[in-house]
Amino acid sequence: MNNKTVQQTPTYLEEFKRKGYSRKDFLKFCTLMAAYLGLENSAIGQVVQAMTVKPRLPVIWLHFQECTCCSESFIRSSHPIVADVLLDQISLDYSETLMAASGFQAEEAMKNTMTKYKGEYILCVEGSVPTAADGVYCMIGGKTSMQILEEAAEGAKAVIAWGSCASNGCVQAAKPNPTSATPIHKLLKGKPLIKVPGCPPIGEVMAGVIVHVVTFGRLPELDGLGRPKAFYSKRVHDTCYRRPYYDAGLYVESFDDDNAKKGYCLYKVGCKGPSTYNACGVTKWNNGVSFPIQSGHGCFGCSEENYWDNGRIYERASAFPGFGIEATADQVGKVALGVTAVALGAHAVMTNVRKKKLIKNLEKEGRDSEHELKD
Amino acid sequence: MATQKSTVHKLRRVYVWEQPVRIYHWLNALVIIVLIATGFYIADPLVIQSGKEPSQRFVMGWVRLIHFIASYIFFFNFLFRIYWGFVGNKYANWKQFIPTSRKFFKEMWHVFKMDILMLRGKEHMSVGHNAMAGFIYFFTFIAFLVQCLTGFGLYASMSSSWFPKLFTWVPYMFGGDIFLRQVHHWTMWFFILFAVIHVYLVFYHDYVEGRGEMSSMGGGWKFIEEDVFTQNKELPNAPKS
Repeated sequence: MNNKTVQQTPTYLEEFKRKGYSRKDFLKFCTLMAAYLGLENSAIGQVVQAMTVKPRLPVIWLHFQECTCCSESFIRSSHPIVADVLLDQISLDYSETLMAASGFQAEEAMKNTMTKYKGEYILCVEGSVPTAADGVYCMIGGKTSMQILEEAAEGAKAVIAWGSCASNGCVQAAKPNPTSATPIHKLLKGKPLIKVPGCPPIGEVMAGVIVHVVTFGRLPELDGLGRPKAFYSKRVHDTCYRRPYYDAGLYVESFDDDNAKKGYCLYKVGCKGPSTYNACGVTKWNNGVSFPIQSGHGCFGCSEENYWDNGRIYERASAFPGFGIEATADQVGKVALGVTAVALGAHAVMTNVRKKKLIKNLEKEGRDSEHELKD
Repeated sequence: MATQKSTVHKLRRVYVWEQPVRIYHWLNALVIIVLIATGFYIADPLVIQSGKEPSQRFVMGWVRLIHFIASYIFFFNFLFRIYWGFVGNKYANWKQFIPTSRKFFKEMWHVFKMDILMLRGKEHMSVGHNAMAGFIYFFTFIAFLVQCLTGFGLYASMSSSWFPKLFTWVPYMFGGDIFLRQVHHWTMWFFILFAVIHVYLVFYHDYVEGRGEMSSMGGGWKFIEEDVFTQNKELPNAPKS
């Protein structure tokens, strides 16, 4: 498979046809992708055009410290072409999970792509890179992940950081981060980089990002954190179908109460939707079947930075740095308020003791003046 | 009747807090109370029972609206106060809050010894706020800034108005909304603690000094002992208003 793609690069349409998809399927796919990308109607033609004439994008897909859930999510994108075609036909020249080749053959394929398509291929990275102990915590083929990343990034046109591991460090980077797991953007400087956070990111979002790069030949519009705006500019809360219950002030108090059955807002049982930027409320998961909140469970903010250390899943804002995970700002605040009250009480007592003379004199002056006045 | 003649103080009326400062102070107090109350509700909403259908209810919506309106007032009031720190009288001047001289630190140390450690010695009789208070207010201004930045930063993504959009960079700088929300919540506790101590100390000064500390934020004047007045007047490097 790998050698073949290296020798001849067919266009996407040619590949679709070879796979047995009809033109109708192809157009459906292009329309779907344009819709996910938030493009206007007229841009569908651009997507179709690009997919028809552009040769398949060579891709190197690296796996470091991760669980492969990003790949799993990707191959479960709703439209069959996404899984079947983009994966197969995006020309995955090297992917530890999905390539047929192994060992030297695989390394060979990667090297081939890197030299033949220098400056053209897209480097997809799944997982974080451990930097502690010279990177021994993650080694493939005798090389540390840092070395592999640097080599592969050298000739890459752009880098896509798939998932929270590559974007934020995710669980490996959670305290105390024993391997010094580091997200990709902190290691690669000067390369165009797209972060697609999520644990995993939504399959359609991943496909959308690739289609955008193929269609327009450049990165999608990114926000200040490097995430594609098309998918990460709204909070889950803003697109949540339970939002009216939030505004109405109707909340689930515990998962087995009546409010939970009525489908009220999960805000008080720790839903992180109000601080999480993702497309879950719109695109949903598994062919648009559902998303966590629809299944009665709060969002736990998997696409947000540092989400493992940001407090408990079933409580809102429960972390207070320096006081352990158990303390909330309110608990600390109440204790501080109590201490303040005691201190002020002590100060008030001390004032009456230490400044007795002063207060007595003032009082005497006031009383004397009162006495001097006639009735 | 009087057994022993008491020291009779001649008091001099000094216009300390100008009207804009007083309006700023009380507007700020009101808005902060509203922000804290609504903020607590937003952070951990109480269940308010009613027979109304969900579609007829908008409790959180209203509370948030009030919070946002109050935050706008808070922000512009704060901005006005900074402006007044340059054009107001000497007791409103920014130099009252930011230490620029050795004298400032010396006064702070003196206030610390007299009013906090309660050591015996010459009482410190300030005219405006003392150096220690001024310096603490400097921290409150920083807390104001933190609340404005984190608050409008959180608000930016859900507003299409240009003003909150000016704060879009804030969540990006701190990696996201979760951390921002936490900081916004912690800083609120600073306001609560500050308010408690502030009110206590106003009582304290009124009680110990007997020169109208409490009412000064109403009428604007304090009553300064004649000797304190002349003493301060004679200082050659006293700032000109």
